[in-house]
Amino acid sequence: MTQPLLSVEDLTIRFNTDEGLVTAVDDVSFDIAQGEVMGLVGESGSGKSVTAKSIMRLNAGNTRYDPVSRIMINLPDRNVDVLALRRDRDLRVVRGGAVSMIFQEPMASFAPAITVGQQMVEQLLIHTSMSKAEARNLSIEMLDRVGIPDASKRFGQYAFEFSGGMRQRAMIAMALSTRPRLLIADEPTTALDVTIQAQVVDLMKDLVREFGMAILFITHDLGVIAQTADKVAVMYLGRIVEKGTVRQVIKTPAHPYTLGLINALPKLNDLEAELTPVPGDIPSPLDRPAGCVFHTRCPVAIKGRCSSEVPNYTALSGGREVACHLVEEQVKEGVSL
Amino acid sequence: MSRPVIEAVDLSVRYRIGSGLLGGRSYLNAVDRVSVSIGRGSFYGLVGESGSGKTTLGRALLRAAPITEGSVIYQDDEVRYDLRNLSAQDLKDYRKRAQLIFQDPYAALSPRMTVRDIIAEPLEVMGLTRSREETDARVREIAAKCRLNLEHLRRFPHAFSGGQRQRISIARALVSRPRFVVADESVAALDVSIQADVLNLLQAIQQEMGISFLFISHDLSVVAHVCDHVAVMYLGQLVETAPTAELFSRPRHPYTSALLSAIPSLDPDDQGNAEKLEGEIPSPTNPPPGCKFHTRCRFARDACRLETPALRELSAGHFAACHFAEEFDFRREHGHQTSPVNAGV
Repeated sequence: MTQPLLSVEDLTIRFNTDEGLVTAVDDVSFDIAQGEVMGLVGESGSGKSVTAKSIMRLNAGNTRYDPVSRIMINLPDRNVDVLALRRDRDLRVVRGGAVSMIFQEPMASFAPAITVGQQMVEQLLIHTSMSKAEARNLSIEMLDRVGIPDASKRFGQYAFEFSGGMRQRAMIAMALSTRPRLLIADEPTTALDVTIQAQVVDLMKDLVREFGMAILFITHDLGVIAQTADKVAVMYLGRIVEKGTVRQVIKTPAHPYTLGLINALPKLNDLEAELTPVPGDIPSPLDRPAGCVFHTRCPVAIKGRCSSEVPNYTALSGGREVACHLVEEQVKEGVSL
Repeated sequence: MSRPVIEAVDLSVRYRIGSGLLGGRSYLNAVDRVSVSIGRGSFYGLVGESGSGKTTLGRALLRAAPITEGSVIYQDDEVRYDLRNLSAQDLKDYRKRAQLIFQDPYAALSPRMTVRDIIAEPLEVMGLTRSREETDARVREIAAKCRLNLEHLRRFPHAFSGGQRQRISIARALVSRPRFVVADESVAALDVSIQADVLNLLQAIQQEMGISFLFISHDLSVVAHVCDHVAVMYLGQLVETAPTAELFSRPRHPYTSALLSAIPSLDPDDQGNAEKLEGEIPSPTNPPPGCKFHTRCRFARDACRLETPALRELSAGHFAACHFAEEFDFRREHGHQTSPVNAGV
């Protein structure tokens, strides 16, 4: 069996803060195969960005990875144990080499006083053996590929001269110019208008086909995930509560939180439908509920059990996994889900 | 239709840009000859992309942005104000009657004031209450309406989540018992599971207190759910306005239609029949001639490049500014967000 490109195993991340150790990610595991698009969905504070950043080791100095946690990137010539990397030199493979990242706010991601072109060339010189002229040509080619008109002129401009949509395109061009195996996209369309978002989503779908890279797509928007991803993991307070193919998870959500999220979304095909909020507020990470992290807001929590016992993953048909006591019991009773 | 609480006719907000050192003075029409009429007790939606002028229009209706041209009339059971012609005293009174709820509940609340003081401040500044007891009673009354726990009144904002903070902002805006409230992207910063809660609260309050809302949002599906009437803006102009169900089922302007189809479908099998809008919104400092949308419109013809289309009534209450509104059928299956969600558990 071929190894997955990325494999995250038992990832637990705590932050050392003045208020003690805060758990941001709790025992998270998932794989991404070469060329696969996986969505990571969750609300603020669910730990999705912290999970993604750990793959590039971009979390701050107060981050504590649990000793059993492992992140492996399996390349054709070698397997990289990401959390074991120590020297900055060694980290380059996950910081622009085999892994690239695009961010939500492209203005904050380009240096304001250096031209976009210079920044694109700089990273190519670091990660590849190209000459300056080659790097320049490739950069202009990439800007053109992502649909930036007049690419050679744009190459010499600064980020503030670009519109929001153009900046995000330039960011994608920069991230892909090193031909990464894995692209991490952290809310890449959230700051964009809906018509521009549709353009960027289309562009990303084209590029996956063309470049064959895998994408870890982080977003709070289930619609964007439905349109781009092959599979999806839903996070809540640092835990993956449900993962499976996009079709399974969105069309027949099994975890009460996933169901709640979908019911809270306004739907255009039924304007009269009442919006059903998930009751209560997301608890503070400083005050994580015991047992199932969702039990404080769960409409179907089992008294006594969900508040004390952490649910294991129950395997459903088609490779789906759900962390819910109720689902586990239903499966035991022979209810088909 | 009920009498409007606010009615703008050919309202323009124009800003001067560039100092004109070499005689080159230029202007930016943030809002360009917009006529809009918001009925009493209406939940009126205003949508558009960034730079479309929706926030500026909202502020002009509150007299918080300068009105360059046109007229705005506010009217309730007690007073009638011409917003371009308000005495200082009338303006003070108007501030009690017209309020604003902001987008970001983290930036809108002072971290140094207790929740009680935050909500009480408008009462004190406007001199609406005479004693501390009276103030406290008003604060408690509105806090209960906004489903805030009375225990919370003694705490500071940092102790609260985004959804709770937004409820505090709403309480502060409503404590002066306004008749007209502009809610500018008031749920945009909230998580989905919380957003529905705040929307339901706004609707409940609107029905209970009979307030007229102008609900500004970039999110069409949210607007579709809470508003009874929707107006769509593009580059400072109103391109279409209609009752909500009508607008969403029969858009008569190609921009509205494109906006609708750009919303990503929740159904993975529906990979967008969408007509995708090319390009970006042009700069408002140098808008295209004729119909401002023609540079991105796939139906554009010569007439669109030359003549500015007027906002015309196509059917009762349904207005669109497109030369060819009758000619093209922009309707498509907007039911594309169908997702047969099984009640999994």
